[in-house]
Amino acid sequence: MGYTRQWFKSGTPWIWLNGGAVAFSMIMVAGLIGLIAVRGFGHFWPSDVALINLTNASGERSTLIGELVRSQTVPAAVARDSGETVPDDIELVTRHLIKLGNRDQTGQDFAWYLELGMEPWQYPRDIMVVERREWGNFYGQPQALLREGTVVATPDAVNFMTELQAAVTRSIELHEEIRRLERGAVGRINTRLERLRLDERRLELDEPPADVKAAELGRIAAARATLDDEYAVLRQELDVIYASTRRDTLQMRTADGNVVNISLAAIVRITEPNAMSVFGKSAQYVERLWEFMTDDPREANTEGGIFPAIFGTVTMVMVMSIIVTPFGILAAVYLREYAKQGTMTRIIRISVYNLAGVPSIVYGVFGLGFFVYYLGGSLDQLFYEAALPTPTFGTPGLIWASLTLALLTLPIVIVSTEEGLARIPSTIRQGSLALGATKSETLWKVVVPLATPAMMTGLILAIARAAGEVAPLMLVGVVKLAPALPIDATFPFLHLDRKIMHLGFHIYDVGFQSPNVEAARPLVYATALILVILIMVLNLAAISIRNHLRERYRSAGE
Amino acid sequence: MTADKTTNVTGDLAANQPDAPMRRERPVVSAASARKIGERDTMSLSDEVAKIQVNHLDLFYGADQALKDINLMIPEKRVTAFIGPSGCGKSTLLRCFNRMNDLVDICRIKGEIVMDGKNIYDRDVDVADLRRSVGMVFQKPNPFPKTIYENVAYGLRLQGVTSRRVLDEAVEKSLRAAALWEEVKDRLQDNAFGMSGGQQQRLVIARAIAIEPEVILLDEPASALDPISTLKIEELINELKQDYTIIIVTHNMQQAARVSDYTAFMYMGNLVEYGDTDTMFTNPQKKQTEDYITGRYG
Repeated sequence: MGYTRQWFKSGTPWIWLNGGAVAFSMIMVAGLIGLIAVRGFGHFWPSDVALINLTNASGERSTLIGELVRSQTVPAAVARDSGETVPDDIELVTRHLIKLGNRDQTGQDFAWYLELGMEPWQYPRDIMVVERREWGNFYGQPQALLREGTVVATPDAVNFMTELQAAVTRSIELHEEIRRLERGAVGRINTRLERLRLDERRLELDEPPADVKAAELGRIAAARATLDDEYAVLRQELDVIYASTRRDTLQMRTADGNVVNISLAAIVRITEPNAMSVFGKSAQYVERLWEFMTDDPREANTEGGIFPAIFGTVTMVMVMSIIVTPFGILAAVYLREYAKQGTMTRIIRISVYNLAGVPSIVYGVFGLGFFVYYLGGSLDQLFYEAALPTPTFGTPGLIWASLTLALLTLPIVIVSTEEGLARIPSTIRQGSLALGATKSETLWKVVVPLATPAMMTGLILAIARAAGEVAPLMLVGVVKLAPALPIDATFPFLHLDRKIMHLGFHIYDVGFQSPNVEAARPLVYATALILVILIMVLNLAAISIRNHLRERYRSAGE
Repeated sequence: MTADKTTNVTGDLAANQPDAPMRRERPVVSAASARKIGERDTMSLSDEVAKIQVNHLDLFYGADQALKDINLMIPEKRVTAFIGPSGCGKSTLLRCFNRMNDLVDICRIKGEIVMDGKNIYDRDVDVADLRRSVGMVFQKPNPFPKTIYENVAYGLRLQGVTSRRVLDEAVEKSLRAAALWEEVKDRLQDNAFGMSGGQQQRLVIARAIAIEPEVILLDEPASALDPISTLKIEELINELKQDYTIIIVTHNMQQAARVSDYTAFMYMGNLVEYGDTDTMFTNPQKKQTEDYITGRYG
């Protein structure tokens, strides 16, 4: 009794309670990151592909080739409910989810199989995984490499794999060439044609004197003819390359013995995981991870990379920071330094604090109504009349997404800047005033530089908030697949009117809007991890800038 | 200063009086002997040239009167000390000379302070101009978050000086005048926050004299410093009075005796006694003054 009381008085239980709370939080965070990391990054490891012979309940034999996704043991009743035939004397059955690929052949690339009736799994070294631009992976055994319809190599030839890889490399290079031409030269021609179209339309709207109009129209027609010629040349060049990509064909045999011809033009990568060493797999892993981060998405975002989403997120956060920082700082400086402190400033301050608590979707609705339709619509009326009825700014886009997020994070920046300004000791201000400085000289030369670490803190919080926001973005500028990046080589380089992709929305889209749930699942985790890492990188960058500033103004607040 | 009005003067005194022995024995002799050799033996206000004349100055914080009908002449190129218990109004009076009290919204002033024939509270006086000719050093060192060089050059840059040569010369001259040059000449581009408290306070003095003011106000300049730094500041004050009119507020009466030529004793917003320092400390005219400087207040 006395001991217990002593124990309570000593404060030990509190220490345990506090320590426990910290430990619990740490476990939660570590668990979250760990789960995402394992699920997401495991996806890129080239796992072995099994060849499974099985006999089903009715005695039919069949063969499968595929990767094991996961296994589970369920009561026999559950298996019977899902249409399997399980003998009555069995209580529990094990079943495996197998990624079969070959979606174009079977229509179903993931399927559950009971372990019942399976012969031991084999891992033949010649099983080949073909990653395709369409229809996902193809699993099978190679039969021959055809060039212009004739066999040039068969698997029993020693140089079959080198031949094949060389052919794949060639076709990928051709593909890159096509993409470069289409994005570059063809894109430029299209942009110029569009500009000519707008010029023509503007002529119709402005109605200049007849002779001017005729001259202009003549110029436009001439320019258009030149461009058309250029395009015809390019088109021919492209046609040649396209024809050339169709040169090689890979002949594959599926698990059930069908022979399938795959044009090399449709192939991204060919691997034989069962024949690979751990080092080979590691190299493959790094290559796939790199591809994931730097490539465009394919197959309704369930294949390929997420580069446009990473790029869009970063660009949007940058533009937002550029907008929110000056506004927030100026507002905070006025509120703290110039405004007469009284009821009015108190009301304004409370309103600002409350703005931080408004649900983000409300900002989205406001952004759509005010920025996109009202501001954007007015801009179109004033400056882009020729392009109407196609909206230029009167449609969701990067600038509106950034503005909406800037509005959303404005209170954070204002609050932390104000706190920073309030912490500057009055002796420093007086020191400056006593040297004959005016109030504004004191403010901009002494006080504001001292408050920069606090402003950076505000910006860090704003960035973390903005990079993770999804709901309002769906309304004001983020799409599931953007045709072009917001920054490119054509004038004006930063295209504020373009729609962007965003990691947060990408997670939602891949995870919940994709028809192929099993294929999308690992990508959801991987994308989530990239988002977390991206926010961490943005934060760390901002934090290191802040610490640098803090070091510079170290003891001012002491 | 003004909030804790003088209801408990002795208590405040005990708290703010660092030289405990002084309160018990009469410091008169020691204070006088602490004066530097080579000072003039007799001084009289009537012989001096007036730099600042304070006429019937009243100052109010809201309804409270902090200064009551102050009349005072500050002599040119001399050191004048203001002493008195906490809350007596000496710092408030000091801040009137460069109109720092303007920053306090509820502060109101009547009467006039005439400097070189011009009332500094006239409407047409530019406060920034006034502060350029009346520099101030505060109780705690308050360097700016800039390099040592930029701290000293700050006032000149405000005046639009951009010539590197002019700035270099002014910075060196001011730092030499503040007896800091030898210590910092190799690290002028270091942050001022890296200096010791005593160095910072001398830097702040250098910053004040860089813009060549006529008057320097010192508000307890050594109260936050260790004895050695205090000594350096006091030596510096002795140097500076060759060129500047100096007004110093201090709690340390030995310091007042050591550095000042004239001393004003203030109590509860009144100027009780004002005269040359030697006479004040050896032969005070008022009972209140004697009680205060002997530490037997009340």
